[in-house]
Amino acid sequence: MRWWLPLKASTFAGPIDGLFLAILIITGIAFVLVEVGLIWFVIRYRQRPGRKAFYTHGNTRAEVIWTAIPAVTMVALGLISNRYWVEIKGRNSVPANAYPIAIHAKQFEWQITYPGPDGKLGTPDDFTVRNQLHVPVGRPIVVALSSEDVIHSFYVPQFRVRQDAVPGMDIKAWFQATVPGTYELGCSQLCGLGHYRMRAQVFVQTQEDYDAWMKQAAQEASS
Amino acid sequence: MTTVAATSHPAPAHHDDRSFIRKYVFSTDHKIIGIQFLFVSLFFLLVGGLLAMQMRWQLGFPGKPMPGGGILPETMAPGGVILPEYYIQLLTMHGTFMVFFAIMPLLVGVYANFLIPLKIGTHDMAFPRINMWSFWSFFAAGLVMLSSLFVPDGAARAGWTMYAPLSARHDLSGASFGQELWSVSIILVGLSSILGSLNYITTIINNRAPGMTWFRMPLSVWSLFITAILGLLALPVLSGAAIMLLFDQIIGTHFFDPAAGGQALLWQHLFWFFGHPEVYILILPAMGMVSDIIANGSRKPIFGYHSMVFAIVAIAFLGWIVWGHHMFVSGMNPTLGSSFMVSTLVIAVPSAVKTFNWMGTMWRGNIKFTVPMLNAIAFVAMFVIGGLSGIFMAATPVDMQIHDTYFIVAHLHYVLFGGSLFALFAAIPYWYPKMFGRMMSERWGKVHFWLTFIFYNCTFFPMHITGMAGEMRRLYDPNQYTFLQPYQPIRVFISISAFLLFATQIIFFVNFWWSLKKGKPAGLNPWQDNGLEWTLPSPAPHGNWERVPTVYRGPYEFSSPQVPEDYLPQTRKLPGDREPAVASAARH
Amino acid sequence: MTHAAATVDQMRPPYPAERGLDVYNTKLGMWVFLASEVMFFAALIGTYVILRFGAPGEWARPGIVLNIKITAFNTFLLICSSVSMVKAYAAIQDGDPKNMRFWLLLTILGGASFVGIQVYEYIHLVEHGFVPSGVREGSELAELVAKGTLPAATMGLYGSTFFTMTGFHGFHVTCGVISMTYLYFTKALPGKYSKADYGGIETVGLYWHFVDLVWIILFTIVYLI
Repeated sequence: MRWWLPLKASTFAGPIDGLFLAILIITGIAFVLVEVGLIWFVIRYRQRPGRKAFYTHGNTRAEVIWTAIPAVTMVALGLISNRYWVEIKGRNSVPANAYPIAIHAKQFEWQITYPGPDGKLGTPDDFTVRNQLHVPVGRPIVVALSSEDVIHSFYVPQFRVRQDAVPGMDIKAWFQATVPGTYELGCSQLCGLGHYRMRAQVFVQTQEDYDAWMKQAAQEASS
Repeated sequence: MTTVAATSHPAPAHHDDRSFIRKYVFSTDHKIIGIQFLFVSLFFLLVGGLLAMQMRWQLGFPGKPMPGGGILPETMAPGGVILPEYYIQLLTMHGTFMVFFAIMPLLVGVYANFLIPLKIGTHDMAFPRINMWSFWSFFAAGLVMLSSLFVPDGAARAGWTMYAPLSARHDLSGASFGQELWSVSIILVGLSSILGSLNYITTIINNRAPGMTWFRMPLSVWSLFITAILGLLALPVLSGAAIMLLFDQIIGTHFFDPAAGGQALLWQHLFWFFGHPEVYILILPAMGMVSDIIANGSRKPIFGYHSMVFAIVAIAFLGWIVWGHHMFVSGMNPTLGSSFMVSTLVIAVPSAVKTFNWMGTMWRGNIKFTVPMLNAIAFVAMFVIGGLSGIFMAATPVDMQIHDTYFIVAHLHYVLFGGSLFALFAAIPYWYPKMFGRMMSERWGKVHFWLTFIFYNCTFFPMHITGMAGEMRRLYDPNQYTFLQPYQPIRVFISISAFLLFATQIIFFVNFWWSLKKGKPAGLNPWQDNGLEWTLPSPAPHGNWERVPTVYRGPYEFSSPQVPEDYLPQTRKLPGDREPAVASAARH
Repeated sequence: MTHAAATVDQMRPPYPAERGLDVYNTKLGMWVFLASEVMFFAALIGTYVILRFGAPGEWARPGIVLNIKITAFNTFLLICSSVSMVKAYAAIQDGDPKNMRFWLLLTILGGASFVGIQVYEYIHLVEHGFVPSGVREGSELAELVAKGTLPAATMGLYGSTFFTMTGFHGFHVTCGVISMTYLYFTKALPGKYSKADYGGIETVGLYWHFVDLVWIILFTIVYLI
């Protein structure tokens, strides 16, 4: 049982985990300051006979400091985060050569349409498979998400990628897998009765394995 | 301009002789209305807790018959084994009851009503009859929501956030009448809230006692004032959204129907435009009351009173422009994601200021560990965790990983339970004597506090871990996913802690009910506090004062060098205090 | 006995207080309430704007489904009733309860007529096939959709937004008419209003002007544009 974020299996995982760690350190410092401070105060300043509290209404300098430091920290965090946000989700973030896969979410399955041997979606050699996402490792993949009925959400924890699939909208999400293996895709937005079992298997394969699978799957689909 | 004769001993109002019904049922007395909200909301807190217990049974012991589950209908839990259709009702109604029928009315319905006229020095609210309607519409809303649990197809089941189109389409959700009752109930809740806000805002602006200037008001009143403004402006948007949802459900409109040009995201924008200010409604009064209690418990003035006021205003103001942070991965324009991220990170700053100021209040204080003070300190300690965990989700790239996971569930429970509910565990015993004339048991209050603190952290802290691992929300059976199976021991641990946490609350409820008749009789000012309410008998009489009191100072003059006692009431006149100059009674 | 809380018509509180906003409670309460109403209508109107400008096709042109002439007259009626409301208020400020009653009655009649005409319009629309869910199958308007005079893709939204916005506005007008009628019979007619005490008139007048203002906005964005 892992006590940390999942295995890093995409190019996003490094930056996102790094950001997570940075935030953990910053919030960790704040956490320790506050909690230790509270415990210290509670012990040191507890009521004892003969003691009197120190009558003061505040200290402007202290307040300026403890307003400025969080403010500066938050702004810095925002700037750093935004850089990665734009890279991952920005309007022009999808790499030009990304390999296209269409995923149509439906109560309660994922209908995954592959571009077939010609590598282009929307051509006659496309074929659809249920609940199995095969992707070649080391290539940017762009998923065109759509929904049949209600809002679903495409989520692969190891890829650090999540995007809602909204009925009436065509939304693109991209990622690049880095570690071959078998993963799971889960629906991450309550979509009804079968939400808990709207699961797909994800296979990250070497380009050769992927091409082999593609050939076989295309054949099966056309028969 | 006229001046008012010095009244150093504010005289309480005389005995009243109304009928039982007028006095306790259809009462227009703000204190009785506050107490009515208290009893009803505590009941709904219990309901929300029971719903959660069932959820935790399913998550900890999936597929096993639940003890007592035999009373549930076969369509929901055959043989006591919870079905998916029942599970999603449980999670929807748990959230709904807790937010709208427990925490919000406990903080606002109870304490805005009970405290405001007492703490600002007036006889009652500006519009007592409208105040009464505010309670009864809340009561009606509660009945409607409760009834939705018992209708044939069951209750609403699209999460308390009710995302469309799932919520609008019965063929897609499996619900029917129960889903519609949810909308109706929410519209009534909105009405109750707006009528209440009307009173709180008008009363605070216009009916403060002579000398009770804006910056002499306690932080509890400031926070309730700002909360009332938030509620006034946010609830109507929810009502509008609920009406549109209801119309989509029953008269075939297409607001959220993409097939006819409607937009699914429209619901989210409307809901969260309300929803984000709503969470500040759920925390600000808690912060205000905790400020009063910490100053009292530390025997020290609140550190940085003016900053505390500005922080409340800043949080409320910024709260209007962060709603999109619930929608980072929703399909919303990513550029909006950037702007919402910035505003969300900024709102951390006033909350940080408040935290440091509470610590500053305790620093060099003379701290007395009463039950209210213990719970107030725990509020600070737990709210900090909740607030800090919020920073993770404010950073949009990280939110991609943790959105809609148990990390969010941990965050919201740390701020709503660790924050708001602990604040209530402080406020309820604190103002109990003024409500009922008796004290709650200190000893059992301390037992309740420690057990709650331990079991609460055991229940909710591990959710950060499973959330990081990717455990999604609202899953009937996480074990469907291979990567989540290893975390079943944590789920069991959480469930058992939750059961113990719930059982511990029995102590609180028994203490509350038993003390009504058997608690130690309270004097006027058992906490040696400075607020106006503590100059009145316990319980406070109808009409509060015969003549409104006069105020000479702020509410946090603890350990003042001017007097030998370590507290100095707002209404006590010292030699050298001047009478406040007051506008004449004639006003347009 | 000073513990009587400020009653609805009291323009001066019976006891001293800190200076507030120099606006008496009932009037302040109405302003506060109207702020919530602004948010409510903003949600409905904002929805209309979002749905219309994000619509998957053209929006029906004004005048094909709705009767602009009658509604323009209805708008004029409502504006006139606001004017008569002002006159009622001015009358009682001058200490003339008789004229106040006259103008208040005219306001009530104007408001009631507005509602009546709107109900007539709704019945007419439904008869021709225009309903909240859009256009009813087999109706007159359905033929216009088939012909292409009305855009099929957006009629659902058109109906949803039209009936919701105007319906809730009409509901608010009705509440206003009921309130004014109540005040008329319980306070105005028995002569309880005077130069020193006319808070109810002023307060209900504020509400009435707000309802009128919302209508002018709705008329413009629903019927004219």
